[in-house]
Amino acid sequence: MSWMAWTLPTAIFFGAIGFSLLVLTLWELKSPTILRKGLLPIATTRGDRFFISLLSAAFIHLLWLGLVDAPVYPATAVSVLVAAGLLKWG
Amino acid sequence: MSYKPQNNRAWLGVLPVLLIVAFSAVVPLMTVINYSVQDILDFNTRFFVGFEWYVQTLNDERFIEAFGRQLAFSFTVLALEIPLGIAVARGIPKNSRLTPLILIVLALPLLIPWNVVGTIWQIFARSDIGLLGVAINAMGISYNYTSEPLHAWLTLVAMDVWHWTSLVALLAFAGLTAIPQPYYQAAELDGASSWQVLRYVELPRLRGVLIIAVLLRLMDSFMIYTEPFVLTGGGPGNTTTFLSQYLATMAVGQFDLGPAAAFSVIYFLFILLFCWLFYQSVVKRDEETP
Repeated sequence: MSWMAWTLPTAIFFGAIGFSLLVLTLWELKSPTILRKGLLPIATTRGDRFFISLLSAAFIHLLWLGLVDAPVYPATAVSVLVAAGLLKWG
Repeated sequence: MSYKPQNNRAWLGVLPVLLIVAFSAVVPLMTVINYSVQDILDFNTRFFVGFEWYVQTLNDERFIEAFGRQLAFSFTVLALEIPLGIAVARGIPKNSRLTPLILIVLALPLLIPWNVVGTIWQIFARSDIGLLGVAINAMGISYNYTSEPLHAWLTLVAMDVWHWTSLVALLAFAGLTAIPQPYYQAAELDGASSWQVLRYVELPRLRGVLIIAVLLRLMDSFMIYTEPFVLTGGGPGNTTTFLSQYLATMAVGQFDLGPAAAFSVIYFLFILLFCWLFYQSVVKRDEETP
């Protein structure tokens, strides 16, 4: 695996995504998702909202890195809030 | 009452595909992300640098310019190839002895390797010996794609339209042949014009194939590398340097693997965003259509 050039932060990052997918799978088995329309202009399933949250988080971080010369923790905090909001009301 | 799928064992059938995608896409993408946060001096000497390469790429003027050019190029060729492909498909006779011949001729540009397409157009458009270049100059229009950015752009767009309109035409033709004849007969009885037949009979039933055509062309044009590399080499200056060419210069030419990996991740995210937005907009409109 050394050819993949792992680092601890990226391992934690991928581990978190893998863990989230596992939780979503178990959640799905326990309580299957329903296609519904919330704040987003499209009807979404739980998986859709998770995907939108991840994509949003990526672009929030890119915006922060491109425009602000400061550590990314505020962007991460905003991303978590956006993700929580999207999963709940999206 | 909760809904449960009838047979979850069907998911086992997807496993081989998941494994192939994991090896061909997920693992390489993870590796690129790992590279993007490190300074790679050689494969055994690397240092964690956090988001440094992302900051550098996002503030790199050449990246921003290449990104703008890429958007302009992709949307220009899409705006030309999709209507042109539909028009060509509508012109192909459906039940003629000539139909197979027309389809074969249309498929020919698709069979030519990308570097050969670039070479063909490089010679074809040359102002000293190329048929197109000499013909345009003979009409009194000064044309030289090697020194004029606008000419280089027009030549690139023309080359891409020549190369890929056939794909859209073939897909659209496949969609048109699937429309039952009674639809046309009903339109004829109602006295519909050719435009009305296109608007109300054909386009709604072509939506599926057009989604595929637009997605394929959007992704392909966004990744274009070989043809501009052969035709213009990114010039004059950097005026036809697209994202993939700039990325290749960085990764292969300069061996800057860290910055090139960060560039690749940003590039990938934008392609993912555009495709997802486009897909959603089309699917949404599809659901709204009665």
